[in-house]
Amino acid sequence: AVRECRGFWRRAWQRGAGGPAPRGQRVVAGSAGGAAVPAGKSGLAPWVPVVGLEIHAQISSNSKLFSGSQVQFAAPPNSVVSFFDASLPGTLPVINRRCVEAAVMTALALNCSINKRSLFDRKHYFYADLPAGYQITQQRVPIAVNGTLSYSLCTDNKMSQMVTKTVRIKQIQLEQDSGKSLHDDTRSQTLVDLNRAGVGLMEVVMEPDMCCGEEAAAAVRELQLILQTLGSSHAVMAEGQLRVDANVSVHHPGEPYGVRTEVKNISSIRFLAKAVDYEIQRQIEELENGGTILNETRAFDSKLGCTVPMRDKEGKQDYRFMPEPNLPPLILYDAKSLPANTNHQQVVNIDWIHERLPDLPSVKRAKLVEQYGILPEHSFTLLNEDGLTEFFENVVKHTQMKPKKVIGWILNDLLSYLNQHSLTVKESPVSSSILADLLNLLEKKEISSTAAKQVLVELWKGEGKTPLQIVEEKKLELIQDQEALEQICQAVIDGQE
Amino acid sequence: QVSAALKKGHVTPTELCQRCLALIKSTKFLNAYITVAEETALKQAEESEKRYRTGQPLGVLDGIPVAVKDNFSTAGIETTCASEMLKGYIPPYSATVVQKLLDQGAVLLGKTNLDEFAMGSGSTDGVFGPVRNPWSYSRQYKEKPVPESHPEDEASNWVITGGSSGGSAAAVSSFTCFAALGSDTGGSTRNPAAHCGVVGLKPTYGLISRHGLIPLVNSMDVPGILTRCVDDAAVVLGSLAGHDPKDSTTVQDNFKPFELPSLTDVSKLSIGIPKEYHAPGLSSEILALWSKAADLFKNAGANVIEVSLPHTHYSIVCYHVLCTAEVASNMARFDGLEYGHRSDMNKSTESMYAATRREGFNDVVRGRILSGNYFLLKQNYESYFVKAQKVRRLIANDFMKVFRSGVDILLTPTTLSDAVPYTEFIKEDNRTRSAQDDILTQAANMAGLPAISVPTALSERGLPVGLQFIGRSFQEKQLLTVAKWFEKQVKFPMIELEEVKRHDHGVFQHQKSASFS
Repeated sequence: AVRECRGFWRRAWQRGAGGPAPRGQRVVAGSAGGAAVPAGKSGLAPWVPVVGLEIHAQISSNSKLFSGSQVQFAAPPNSVVSFFDASLPGTLPVINRRCVEAAVMTALALNCSINKRSLFDRKHYFYADLPAGYQITQQRVPIAVNGTLSYSLCTDNKMSQMVTKTVRIKQIQLEQDSGKSLHDDTRSQTLVDLNRAGVGLMEVVMEPDMCCGEEAAAAVRELQLILQTLGSSHAVMAEGQLRVDANVSVHHPGEPYGVRTEVKNISSIRFLAKAVDYEIQRQIEELENGGTILNETRAFDSKLGCTVPMRDKEGKQDYRFMPEPNLPPLILYDAKSLPANTNHQQVVNIDWIHERLPDLPSVKRAKLVEQYGILPEHSFTLLNEDGLTEFFENVVKHTQMKPKKVIGWILNDLLSYLNQHSLTVKESPVSSSILADLLNLLEKKEISSTAAKQVLVELWKGEGKTPLQIVEEKKLELIQDQEALEQICQAVIDGQE
Repeated sequence: QVSAALKKGHVTPTELCQRCLALIKSTKFLNAYITVAEETALKQAEESEKRYRTGQPLGVLDGIPVAVKDNFSTAGIETTCASEMLKGYIPPYSATVVQKLLDQGAVLLGKTNLDEFAMGSGSTDGVFGPVRNPWSYSRQYKEKPVPESHPEDEASNWVITGGSSGGSAAAVSSFTCFAALGSDTGGSTRNPAAHCGVVGLKPTYGLISRHGLIPLVNSMDVPGILTRCVDDAAVVLGSLAGHDPKDSTTVQDNFKPFELPSLTDVSKLSIGIPKEYHAPGLSSEILALWSKAADLFKNAGANVIEVSLPHTHYSIVCYHVLCTAEVASNMARFDGLEYGHRSDMNKSTESMYAATRREGFNDVVRGRILSGNYFLLKQNYESYFVKAQKVRRLIANDFMKVFRSGVDILLTPTTLSDAVPYTEFIKEDNRTRSAQDDILTQAANMAGLPAISVPTALSERGLPVGLQFIGRSFQEKQLLTVAKWFEKQVKFPMIELEEVKRHDHGVFQHQKSASFS
């Protein structure tokens, strides 16, 4: 089926065959209409790109999925490794309740059907960072299936029009993370750190309902916000808590899906969009030049902005899946199926978790729009920046200025300054109370809005002065006194002659 | 009885320990022990002695010398699984069952010999060499004429213990300890128990924790108990059974240790005789013994009926598929990286792995890994692994049907014959032998049922023969009660071993089988 995408891809520039497109010259799909310039051999034959995602989110928990050792980012190498993590013979997995709850929360937030009975399997392959020679995962019956994720995109750069899209969630499964191996080529050795081995992961599989890098990025961003809101994962990509692999293929409308490649080694949401778009373009070019696409795994090289084949993953792996014999089926209950007299410490109750879910981002945004009368696009930006919503609400609380006006100051003045200087909201030299004071001066008409902007410039210096102090220092007060105004005007007129 | 003796002060734990250690030394030719933990054992004995002196022993097992098969993890004591792969491996933790014994004050004498990674039915294929059946040196065996033998052959005429827990069985049989732990995946506790004339109990799967038992087949393994009498087995069972949070396959139900009643009236019992256990190769001797045992129950008033377990003849093949598949998976962790043997080959990680595994595993283990991986290949998985799981379900259902029809206990032979001489045993390879010898025991592992081998009589060659009782899931009390009654009836003779007589300072008191309870 041809998925709807804003603008089919066309061969968009006049270039010779092959080679990665130099930055800046590629036309990104999605601009309405597309500046399509028919060129090249195949002329106007349109392409439909198909993008699916496999996302691994590290579960935020004190201990690992099947053992009691700690989950600790950047701990000294091999310092949080239990006997089970190190695969010492005779050790057995014991499931971590918190990890199961995290997966159930996530499944509920993504509208999935939860499998009240799910199973664990062993996935076998040999690698230095996999001590047992297999990973415990859920291949046959995962904990949740058939969900949806809604996300929004702007149709232009001004954020004035938002479009809502959905992507189907194929399944969510619980599995172990592997350790880390570092290749030391100078001494031709591999160093293995097992701190991460056994940490709980939720693998979220998104169906190929997306068509370009921007959609993939927006979907992942929304998932990230959801996970962070639930607290089931910190989902910080830079710390490896959220890892995204993209499956990309292209085909002509009406024809079957093309061969897909898997793109790995994507370390940020920005790079995700780039990697996906690059790969789409690469495949189109390859096919238009009469080549074929190999079903391979490619790595994204962020420095070069392109994807390259990964050497390790040649040939198809047979993982020899086998049921994990040391773990009985995972049984979840709801209010109806919960047997009487059960020790509630021993069971996970889906309904109990459902009742305690926090407001999801989409709900939060709707509430912001309703409560403060701001535009939907504004609510997206507020949620998108860590801490910005709290900042905004704080300012609103302490000022008489209408939220509809406050939002302009937040988004145009505060945010752009922070972005220019690569600061987070938490690092802002201007606190919400200071901004509120400033806006109060403006609201009381003690200063003009131009003056307010000048004060703000001073406030960014973070010298500890209050807005009032700066106004007095720079004599920016609005003069209400008729007589004084007349004098000034007179002086100006006199000065002219 | 020895426990009572300890309590009364007739003998002290240290004396007991020292005598057992001395006996171990003088029976070294049996090769039953891989590691003898002399220092720690004596220390434990001393601690026990202190407790007895102040009148505060921890329980019946306090001060009792025990041995543990070398595939159980023991903290601070080398655990090898009789393999090059784990030579020198000293675990940092103890198996739950080992810890439970130690917590009860038992004195751990050492780790016993086995087939490498518990794969085998003779205890002949470990890297420390084969275990010799103590009965090979008994008066009962030696006085029997051996056809076509010459005096020079006597030294090499020794018979196998059976396996794979042969070391544990030999240790108990030769009086070097009062109880030993084995493991049972396809009969590995019951088989050597029968050949060595001791009691071998396979508990219900899920009753006793497997945490720390280096696995062969996770879905079939259980810790096994070897003792000289059924009452002792019940005592050890009582100290080991129960839920372990570290093993997710143990049942949550509360377990209450029990004392075995002395059954006098068997008229309410229904004993099933499964006709399929009249297997090809079953010696006429054992067949006759089995028949005699059935008559014993009948004459005492029990209801003895023939039953059928129709899928029995599929169990060996089914077992081989499932066993090798799990072996392939369980052995994947032995790569030389974190522990155990590591090859000097260091051209690449892969080559290091390959060389380590080639050097560390014997042919039997490697053969099973290759077979198992074959069965787990995507293209084969359905037709082998899944099929075998379905057949396994049928086998388990056979038992359920029979038990539901009113049968309480099944009575079968444990082995096809008495113990064969080592020189004859090794004429066939491990796989062939396992397929032959497991046939009467491994269906119980497939179904997870409890089973016990009770020494019944001596064969014409003067070697022990045992018979097996199989019971309902978690009905160990009933199973052991019946076994105890049977044991009383058959009065199996005590082994007459020179070395034992020499070390016996009246401790064993000329009993039929020196027990500790």
